[in-house]
Amino acid sequence: MRPVIEVRDVSFGIRGFSILDHVSLEVRKGDFYALIGPNGGGKTTLLKIILGLLEPSGGTVSVLGQSPEKARSRIGYVPQFRTFDFSYPITVREMVLSGRLPKNRFPWARFSPSDREAAERVLERLGIADLARRPIAALSGGEQQRAILARALVGDPEILILDEPTVYVDAPTEVQFYTLLEDLKRSLTILLVSHDIGVISRYITRVACLNHRLYTHDSSEITEDMIEAAYQCPVDLIAHGVPHRVFKDHPGGGGA
Amino acid sequence: MIPGAGILAFGFFQNALLSAVLASIACGIIGTFVVVRRMATLSGGISHAAFGGVGLGYLFSFDPIVGALLFSIGAALGIGILKEKAGQELDTLIGAVWAAGMALGVICVSIAPGYAPDLFSYLFGNILLVPSGDIQLMAVFCAVIVGIVSVFYLPLQAVTFDEEYARVMNLPVTALSLLLLLLTAVCVVLLIRLVGIILVIALLVLPAASVREFTSRLPVMMAASVCLSFILSLSGLVLSFLWDLPSGATIILLGAAVYAVALLISRPGKARWRGGIRTGRQSPQQKGQRVQ
Repeated sequence: MRPVIEVRDVSFGIRGFSILDHVSLEVRKGDFYALIGPNGGGKTTLLKIILGLLEPSGGTVSVLGQSPEKARSRIGYVPQFRTFDFSYPITVREMVLSGRLPKNRFPWARFSPSDREAAERVLERLGIADLARRPIAALSGGEQQRAILARALVGDPEILILDEPTVYVDAPTEVQFYTLLEDLKRSLTILLVSHDIGVISRYITRVACLNHRLYTHDSSEITEDMIEAAYQCPVDLIAHGVPHRVFKDHPGGGGA
Repeated sequence: MIPGAGILAFGFFQNALLSAVLASIACGIIGTFVVVRRMATLSGGISHAAFGGVGLGYLFSFDPIVGALLFSIGAALGIGILKEKAGQELDTLIGAVWAAGMALGVICVSIAPGYAPDLFSYLFGNILLVPSGDIQLMAVFCAVIVGIVSVFYLPLQAVTFDEEYARVMNLPVTALSLLLLLLTAVCVVLLIRLVGIILVIALLVLPAASVREFTSRLPVMMAASVCLSFILSLSGLVLSFLWDLPSGATIILLGAAVYAVALLISRPGKARWRGGIRTGRQSPQQKGQRVQ
């Protein structure tokens, strides 16, 4: 079967500095794919290329068999936490509803009852229905993160792309968030970027390390080789010494 | 009865009142977008560029307000397109357009034969001197702004809230941004009669910024800043009539005072809301994260 996201030999550079160097990556239907790597390794750049927000200088990208520009309205995207202004005067419900805009055939169309039902459903599912009327400025970090996830899910996407979704939340919230994602995994393909490989490892089905070049392994196991190649420093420095404990007995391992 | 209520009988006062209503509607709606999208200096650039058009109007003896309209629209679209296509910093473009427009205006006025009537009112506004012809023009501008914003309200909200996500949703982000710039230019010209080229930026920003502290919904913010703008222009009008003060400057100073009071009142509540929450404004990461 054709991969849901297919990145072939993609390169990207800015003013002569190479950010991505011949990166190839395949995400298959039903994957919970983690892209890890150090800051500045090009993770967000690669996501933006997959979303059609940046044009690669070489290589091809296809998403759901189409160009990124065509396919991206079928992608739910959870950007890095602070790409917008949290003091913008907007309520949680309005923000979530805005995720239904691609369904409007005309720019002047208003939200339909089914849009509103979809918003209520997703708010309910993420446990933030009681916050619907709150301004986003009055939410805690974890609540804000759920609201952003709700906006990504309200359009019934086939792929969910998350960029460092838990950088700004505390550890218990982070675990809650990933439990939520594990639940979503049944109906969605998920591609997640993180610089922290500790917590995510138990939820993912596949993993790759990105540091300008991509280092993969055909399963969810993160090997010391991969990490050393990607991070270019001793493993225990960046992985808190966890690889042996966390990465071995994953049920989805080898599910490639 | 307020002292001097008899002035209602004068035609010029009715004109002033009407222009205050029209200006407030436009400036409440567009000012809200200007504040939430942080386009204050951008609108300053647009309004100052308009002076180039005013100067050309004097030099070639056509209506300066027509020149102002052409130049502010040109500046708005020019800034928007150059930023998109030429990858220039917004800041740089605004600075260039701002000063170049003023420079052109100054040169035109200085070589135009004879005395430049009303020049001061283009620069600083005079609500008591709005001619009837201009009122009709203002009404048309106001209708354009209200009409377009109500039709495109949802996409405009989406783009001003989160431009990147709007792009991912395949909204026509560039077109919507240019549309908003265009409406800002129209609004600036509408406000020139009231507060003048130099003070427009404050009338756009102050009412919306003042009410923002008390609302968390965009439509409410628009309605409230329309009301506040009207109160400000009316008070400025009356004060300038009674005490013979320049009306534009009076309106702006009142607006600044209201803004200061709004900040003083709202701060405690705001601190409670945002206490412990990191807001979008102070991101430790943003600096190093242009592309990565």
